[in-house]
Amino acid sequence: MSESMKYFREQRLPHIWCPGCGHGTVTGALVRAITRLNLDKNKVVVVSGIGCSSRAPGYLDFDTLHTTHGRALAFATGVKLSRPELKVIVMTGDGDCTAIGGNHFIHAARRNIDITTIVMNNNIYGMTSGQFSPMTPKGMIGTTAPYGNTERSFDLANLAIAAGATYVGRGTAYHAKLLEDLIFQALQNKGFSVVEAVTQCPTYLGRRNKFGTVVDMLNWFKDSAVNVKAAAVMTPDKLAGKFLVGELYNKPDQEFTAAYDQLVAQVQRKFDSFKGGTRECAQNSD
Amino acid sequence: MTNVKLMQGNEACTLGAITAGMDFYAGYPITPSTEVAEICATELPKIGGKFIQMEDEIGSIAAIIGASLTGRKAMTATSGPGFSLMQENIGYAALTEVPIVIINVQRVGPSTGMPTSPAQSDVMQARWGTHGDHPIVVLAPGNVKECFDLTVKAFNIAEEYRVPVIVLTDEVVGHMREKVVLPEPGSVTIVDRQKPQSRANYLPFAADQDGGVPLMASFGDGFRYHVTGLFHDETGFPTNRGDIANASIRRLMRKVEKAEPLIRDYFTESTDDCELLVVAFGSSAMSSLSAVRQARAKGIKAGLFRPKTIWPFPETVLDELAGRVKRIIVPEMNMGQLVLEIQRIVGGRAPVESLTKVNGELFRPEEVLEAIVGGRK
Repeated sequence: MSESMKYFREQRLPHIWCPGCGHGTVTGALVRAITRLNLDKNKVVVVSGIGCSSRAPGYLDFDTLHTTHGRALAFATGVKLSRPELKVIVMTGDGDCTAIGGNHFIHAARRNIDITTIVMNNNIYGMTSGQFSPMTPKGMIGTTAPYGNTERSFDLANLAIAAGATYVGRGTAYHAKLLEDLIFQALQNKGFSVVEAVTQCPTYLGRRNKFGTVVDMLNWFKDSAVNVKAAAVMTPDKLAGKFLVGELYNKPDQEFTAAYDQLVAQVQRKFDSFKGGTRECAQNSD
Repeated sequence: MTNVKLMQGNEACTLGAITAGMDFYAGYPITPSTEVAEICATELPKIGGKFIQMEDEIGSIAAIIGASLTGRKAMTATSGPGFSLMQENIGYAALTEVPIVIINVQRVGPSTGMPTSPAQSDVMQARWGTHGDHPIVVLAPGNVKECFDLTVKAFNIAEEYRVPVIVLTDEVVGHMREKVVLPEPGSVTIVDRQKPQSRANYLPFAADQDGGVPLMASFGDGFRYHVTGLFHDETGFPTNRGDIANASIRRLMRKVEKAEPLIRDYFTESTDDCELLVVAFGSSAMSSLSAVRQARAKGIKAGLFRPKTIWPFPETVLDELAGRVKRIIVPEMNMGQLVLEIQRIVGGRAPVESLTKVNGELFRPEEVLEAIVGGRK
């Protein structure tokens, strides 16, 4: 970890998260992946929205942008399109990303813009103390679902894949090494990457839903998660009530800002040749 | 003569923006502002700039704030419903002091209203649309040439004072075509934000408490600083300290208050000896100017005061006029918004009459003239 500490703003620690919260584990996995890639800290921008997850960038020693609720990906799109040479990472939560920010999420995926999105999914609105989110499993208790959540929840990975993300993985705070490896891969994909990090909220999800201790919550992840490779040979009834972890999708495609820069170069060639009075057919056929 | 062009207001705003150095545009299609996006989509790639059509107006303003933080001059354009959607992030830009320019081509509201008809009913929304006390600058062009000039000015103000600036036009100003003599390239004053020289001891939000403007580093240039919509101290990191929030709000408001005499912009006609003053902005001022001239021809001592900066309002100028006129008429294509500010400044020294019109049509000069003449009975 000592090598990773250079990416932290140590003077900003300790963090604001509750004892037992999984967000530190997820942030640690991200920083370890960044350390393995030895990213230049002057060339990384971390953007977040609102919620517990979105406080993470404040502890990281990069240019960091804590924006409005749900809008991290839209701000990040401006940063990335403006300066494609920067590595842009979005840290968001299940409410921030899939409720109020759902539209930006599917469109960032559709564009395949080179942004790595870490969704800290704790299945609840933690910052506002425990309302159900679009990722809260059916039947669970939240302050706004006092008799149990009657809504269906998203499968975030399938949503990302359907919308056009080119790298999608899922890990948990229990599977910390897997999570780090997935983020390590995601950061190297030239395109829109999503890593869903299932993380525990002992204070507002665990307590109300009688999970017991933080360890019990981590065991819930351990028992419910099935690696995608193992799942390939499992029958549907064996998979009932489980969720997949691992690399769920990896199909690189043309990245948006690179495509835009190509277009700019084409347009400029065309208009430069007009200015010079030499209209070359090959260039003007673009 | 090569600089003489026939163009519409939306086109003039866009050319003004590009002249000012705008090289990043994000927007979402909406009548009657869409031409701005279309021209940006065509022109920006030619100069190596960036255009993106976002998924909505919330995303559009978010993207330009992100781009501005990387050092670009960034803009969006919209109209009523889209302007409503942008409000939250206008407040974000105000608190984080990120320079952005928004062109709002007003149409009749509320709601979807009349998309292809002009109105001036976003005067108060432009000033107070986002929650919380915040600084803002709003400029109102009254013709096509001013669309060019005031968009340049909007960028200069945004860059110098690190505030969001709104160019408030309307469907008529935006779509009307006029002959415009464009300034010679190089003759236009361009202001760029002040940047820090080195990271050593850089405090991203340190500024003179009396309305000072902090130095602004660009993301990606090695400064590695934090920007948040929470109240923050001079380091940029969040704080819950009331004394710091109090000082921040006061400094932000004071920035624009101090700038007012420097950015103040207005037009007057026949105000030296006028007894009756018409105060109008934007397209209402076109009809009002004609009405004032017709009144003069009838021997009525009428004058026109047309603010181009409407927020902050050029208060001292109107204050002086208010002390020596007998009547003030305020024609607006709304139910009476700017008139409230005028009544506040006049403070009862002369009667202030609101002339309203909300049917999606411009004032006819005769309507304003009738109000002028009618009052003399």
